[in-house]
Amino acid sequence: MPGIIGKKIGMTSVYDAEGKSIACTVILAGPNVVTQIKTVATDGYDAIQIGYGEKKEKNTTKPLLGHFKKAGTTPKAKLVEIDSLPMEVTLGKEFRIADVFSEGDIVNVIGTSKGKGFQGVVKRHGFRGVGGQTHGQHNRLRAPGSVGACSFPSRVFPGLRMAGRMGGDRVKIKNLKVLKIMPEHDIIVVSGAVPGAKNSFVVIEK
Amino acid sequence: MDHLIRLVEQEFQKKAAEHPNFSAGDTINVHCIIKEGGKERIQQFQGTVVQRRNKGTAGETFTVRKVSNGVGVERIFPLNSPNIAKIEVIMRGKVRRARLFYLRGKMGKNAKIKEKLNFSNSD
Repeated sequence: MPGIIGKKIGMTSVYDAEGKSIACTVILAGPNVVTQIKTVATDGYDAIQIGYGEKKEKNTTKPLLGHFKKAGTTPKAKLVEIDSLPMEVTLGKEFRIADVFSEGDIVNVIGTSKGKGFQGVVKRHGFRGVGGQTHGQHNRLRAPGSVGACSFPSRVFPGLRMAGRMGGDRVKIKNLKVLKIMPEHDIIVVSGAVPGAKNSFVVIEK
Repeated sequence: MDHLIRLVEQEFQKKAAEHPNFSAGDTINVHCIIKEGGKERIQQFQGTVVQRRNKGTAGETFTVRKVSNGVGVERIFPLNSPNIAKIEVIMRGKVRRARLFYLRGKMGKNAKIKEKLNFSNSD
């Protein structure tokens, strides 16, 4: 899938021709750079590594610095592998949002969701809690209930949904529509929400 | 980063920016496009502006209040919606606050708003 790395700017809403308000996310996807071309001969598979976002040279490790030097670019903050691009690919080639997407495309957006910390089962897995607040309930309102049976099986089955760390996962949101592309500002507007906080990196793929 | 969002909003609002300036207390007539069964018609709603919310953003709305057959009716319009064909300012009102919720408790002459004469920032 062809793709591009961008930065989530924030959300707003726009009106379509019928007057319906559509929630949308604004993503800044400035010039991406091809940093490595992987081939079957050298790496065992075909892929293109692209980079986006400036990073200081002093904050880059020496091996990575050499990697960027080979591609003839400045150090990039985010590197992602994609399998193809719709144009001729050469090492160090810059490409922009309008080269990959056009308005009306259906895209997937990948990002890292906001970390929610340690959460209970109601928020984390959508359990309904106990239900009522009366009949002797005093501190069990959001409890998970039973986690298993009795002396058989004498254990809790693996994978049982329980409380724990929530968020901070890689999330892919599928089938978002590209509402607008503003090539002069490197902005792409997609319908709906996109995982992650503002200013976090997202990958848009077709 | 907010300026980039403004930029996108302005891009979508290009057509909607032609409405006259109005504020709470003004009497306005809103021409609203109603689509039913593939047909379009215009419905008018005339009343007093009670408030404007989220000014300057794409989601800006305003609330218009009128008393219809003795029943108070309030309608909230999205300012940038393409379904608002026209907004006419009938009268500028002289009010001392931005949100006129006190009108809800008043009837008849008590709910009357005086006309603002000789306003300086005319448009």
